Amino acid sequence: MQGFGSYEETYRDFDWQKAREMVGYREGEVLNIGWYCTDRICEMGLGEKTAMIWEGFSGETEKYTFNDLRINSNTYAAYLKSLGIKERDRVCIFMDKLPDLYFSFLGILKIGAIAQPLFSAFGEEALFTRMEDAESIAILTTKKYYRKVRRIKDQLPALKHIIVVDDENVKLEEREKTFILKNAEKVDEFDVFPTHSESPSVLHYTSGTTGKPKGALHVHGSIFAQSVSARWALDLREDDIYWCTADPGWVTGTSYGIIGPWSLGVTQVIYNGGFGSEKWYKILEKYGVTVWYTAPTAIRLLMKDGTGLVKQHDLSKLRYMCSVGEPLNPEAVHWGREAFGMPFYDTYWQTETGAIVISNFPGMEVKAGSMGRAFPGIEAVVLDLNSHEVINEPNKVGLIALKPGWPSMMREYWNNEEVYKSKFINGWYITGDRSSIDPEGYFWFVGRDDDVINTGGHLVGPFEIESALIEHEAVAEAAAIGKPDPVNMEVVKAFVALKPGYEVSDDLELSIMNFIRKRLSPLAMPQEIEFMEKLPKTRSGKIMRRLLRAQEWGEEIGDTSTLED
Amino acid sequence: MDEMEQVILDYVIDEYLEEEDEEEIGFDSPLISSGIVDSFSMVSLKTFLERKYNISIPDDKATPEAFDTVRNIAKVVREFTG
Repeated sequence: MQGFGSYEETYRDFDWQKAREMVGYREGEVLNIGWYCTDRICEMGLGEKTAMIWEGFSGETEKYTFNDLRINSNTYAAYLKSLGIKERDRVCIFMDKLPDLYFSFLGILKIGAIAQPLFSAFGEEALFTRMEDAESIAILTTKKYYRKVRRIKDQLPALKHIIVVDDENVKLEEREKTFILKNAEKVDEFDVFPTHSESPSVLHYTSGTTGKPKGALHVHGSIFAQSVSARWALDLREDDIYWCTADPGWVTGTSYGIIGPWSLGVTQVIYNGGFGSEKWYKILEKYGVTVWYTAPTAIRLLMKDGTGLVKQHDLSKLRYMCSVGEPLNPEAVHWGREAFGMPFYDTYWQTETGAIVISNFPGMEVKAGSMGRAFPGIEAVVLDLNSHEVINEPNKVGLIALKPGWPSMMREYWNNEEVYKSKFINGWYITGDRSSIDPEGYFWFVGRDDDVINTGGHLVGPFEIESALIEHEAVAEAAAIGKPDPVNMEVVKAFVALKPGYEVSDDLELSIMNFIRKRLSPLAMPQEIEFMEKLPKTRSGKIMRRLLRAQEWGEEIGDTSTLED
Repeated sequence: MDEMEQVILDYVIDEYLEEEDEEEIGFDSPLISSGIVDSFSMVSLKTFLERKYNISIPDDKATPEAFDTVRNIAKVVREFTG
């Protein structure tokens, strides 16, 4: 594999045609991510190479070769096709990080349908919002989660198939069925649907300040960007053992937990368990992980348990560590050097960008606290906050903006052209993040330009939380903001005014927290609730979230002329 | 079995498991490392313990490891209830 040389030379000489050639694509050919990550790797003579080393939380392990990946994804593809599912249909995957998640993801792509991964901790409301908007036709799930779907299926007329993949003995109701891979007849040959680079592939929902979550639609051509960035920003090489800790319910878990590494024929470790410092080090040690892609929240939790715990494990195989999800604080970079003998390389991108767009690279000086420099092929600038003109002056804060045209850019927000269009100003894609750029082209993150809450590397929309809060029987009005947090960068804080007849109590606070956790997700659950007589509003009756946020962050409150009183 | 451990176990079953779930959990079942309770949800569990036992558990004591089983959680709570 071609490594990353000098940043300046690589950036200057790169064009996206090179990325197409790197995965062996020729213009006009069928381009299908499912085929590129399995059949093509087998055709390269790597069929017997291990693709996936899977470990469950209680220590059980399974191994699959690229040939297994090919056949199992074929088997899923054939099954879904037999149900009448066809190109462009949306098929949800709602399960823990089981091998079936990975096989089915690739199988869905092989029939030309759109894979719609959903985070397994989503509650019913979060599920419903995303499935209703996408008019998903099928959902693949497990006995642990299918009841959540059962409870909302009557409100989802487009949903035809609820498929349980890990237990054939569940008592089925209307529209429900089981599909057990190990009992299915294996499909060695499958005619992959002839998708091309602009055919839709993956639909990931992401949160905004207002309105419901929006579905960022990606295309099969995204593989060019995901593959070359997995090679250069994550420094993946043929003999690597790679562990991406992200859940495929989020974009990192598909772009760099499936597509990027497997397009390069790299062996992946997948651990289907929760966080635990000791356990994570054991995974790194046991499987000889060489490249590790994780998140600042996890790194900060590991830091809490100290360097001593790291030193108790033989991590001599580990050679490259990267981070994504939120800005990596300088302390975490320094701690990486102290504990592992190497820094964490920060990477920056979004659900909408589909692949890394700003990054630190191997061999490039890491400036602790910086997101790094623009990825080759990406024109990244900062724009003036008001005029939206490009800022050429170094170290001045503006909006991070990208020139559209890279292969993994989202092609639309599902059913939401208006909001999609609003993301572009003066020919630039506006990320919604603020940063400055130093004289050497390093980006320095400052914060979001809107009210979206970044908690543990995941974006949570305040509107979605507020809408759910007022569904609680005791809540009259509510606002949700991000509150600074040393581990998660931000956590959700809610401001709540109660309905008449309800009194503030510990039980009520806990009841509201758990209500949101179950309806939306643990990420959206307020970690703190402040009860108020009434919330600050504009004269037109709109809750002034900005004011509450400024108070919480100790910032200037700004213009309050529209405040009610 | 100890009353505190039973109270915590009942709370975990009520709040974190599906009603009809056949999955049986006990005092030593892993909660965080198994994914039954994720690190975000730990906050509501911690809040429950603090309110129920009228204590304050510092963040550095409420680690994923310390909260991984009902028995371990009870140990943490006892540190503060005396």
